Amino acid sequence: MTPASVVIVGAGAGGAQAAASLRQGGFEGSISLVHGEPGLPYQRPPLSKAYLLGRLEARKLLLRQEHWYAKQRVDLVLDRAVAIDRAGHQVHLAGGSSLSYDHLILATGSRNRELPVPGAHLDGVIGMRTRADADELAGRIREGVEVVVAGAGFIGLEFAAVAAAHGAAVHVLELADRPMARAVSEPTAQFIRRAHEEWGVRFDFGQALTAIDGEGRVTGVETGDGRRLPADLVVYGIGVVPDTVLAEEAGLAIENGIRVDDRLLTSDPDISAIGDAASFPSAHTGGRVRLESVQNAVDQARHVAARLMGASIGYDALPWFWSDQGDLKIQIAGLAEVTDSAVEVAVPEPRATCVLRYRGDRLVAVETVNRPGDHVLARRILAGTGGPSPEEASAPSFDLTRWHEAYGLAPTG
Amino acid sequence: MNVTFTLQDQTSRTVEAEPGWKLMEVAVDNAIPGIDGDCGGEAACATCHVYVAPEWRDATGERTDLEQAMLASTFGVRENSRLSCQIETSEELDGLSVEVVGS
Repeated sequence: MTPASVVIVGAGAGGAQAAASLRQGGFEGSISLVHGEPGLPYQRPPLSKAYLLGRLEARKLLLRQEHWYAKQRVDLVLDRAVAIDRAGHQVHLAGGSSLSYDHLILATGSRNRELPVPGAHLDGVIGMRTRADADELAGRIREGVEVVVAGAGFIGLEFAAVAAAHGAAVHVLELADRPMARAVSEPTAQFIRRAHEEWGVRFDFGQALTAIDGEGRVTGVETGDGRRLPADLVVYGIGVVPDTVLAEEAGLAIENGIRVDDRLLTSDPDISAIGDAASFPSAHTGGRVRLESVQNAVDQARHVAARLMGASIGYDALPWFWSDQGDLKIQIAGLAEVTDSAVEVAVPEPRATCVLRYRGDRLVAVETVNRPGDHVLARRILAGTGGPSPEEASAPSFDLTRWHEAYGLAPTG
Repeated sequence: MNVTFTLQDQTSRTVEAEPGWKLMEVAVDNAIPGIDGDCGGEAACATCHVYVAPEWRDATGERTDLEQAMLASTFGVRENSRLSCQIETSEELDGLSVEVVGS
């Protein structure tokens, strides 16, 4: 039965999309969207890209313009949710008031894993997460500034590219043996590393940041092998932790995030969870996963909205990811694990690459740099049935578009 | 200025747009179904695909290189296909008419 009132906690990409999709689907009940940060809800991906480069004005960072909320009858609640009363179907807010719900959507997202080292509290040590973080960083990146980046994941590398473009001296410390080790294969990682090195970024792999020095403000960092690097600014992106506090205190099942079933319902049938905070059974890996991406947040939001309006299918959207670093547009379709093999496809352009990931003989993901056409095609192939075999992909003349024209099944829809 | 979106059910919606915004942003802010703009307007996702009405094709300009590459592999692409995140609205586009393709 369609609920009469929906409360959404968390106004990131997922939360806002849930409200939008409910209205687009014809939902006539009340929608409250709880936003715990100052100002209107905004997009996070540009924070470490166009926004930080100064190429995106503040109002274009907003997920929706102000008039949207009134027009769509979405009650934007600028407060923080502090507790869920499941028996009473209420969400309590920090300001003292409460919201009643028939259905609750938890889109609480994630927060940065903090640097577990001495000196992490010093001025000039910043984790990129919020608009406030980006605004603070933008004011500090200048030519000649010494920047140490802890963590060579998406956020760390996007920031490194921007800082290098501003003429900062950038030094990246990473525990793994290559950049983006969790997200992409060895060949793609090395392609990205080379590009950063061309921009003047220095890397230290297999290297921990063990301490941050300074009095009041940061002056340097210490590395696992005993060196001291000068630093005016330390930016860290060493992963995130799902924001599960509300769910946990309300007694919902937790398993590397808020545990949901294939319909994205928590252990309470009146509460759904979506986005960074939710761990769900993946139709693509067969295992339980928790993904940190806009695609995952908004597709899950659409799914929950459709379900509340009466649809009854399981969630099976194909995951995809993107990152902009300098002139590299990095796109990943599908979900690979570290153990999956990689087949590098020869491409004619020097600043491009295409890597197919296989689990056994099954194509599970496609990583591309500056090959947007391959990416779109890969999403279609991975969402359908069957892709090129590893043998086909290994042929010197292999091209995804030609393969698809010759063998790809006609898409439906 | 005004923009008219023809939806997948063939109904039309005309909305007001402030010049300087991307067509995708105008659509999202007016809750036009079928235009999602998941990537925030970076031509990275192809979730804002539209067909531009023939009389508006010249005024809306050429596809960008990136857009061209994305569209080349997108399902349902036609000669007048554009990613609406790559069209910036302006007074010259007052009355623009596009059809939402959906993804």
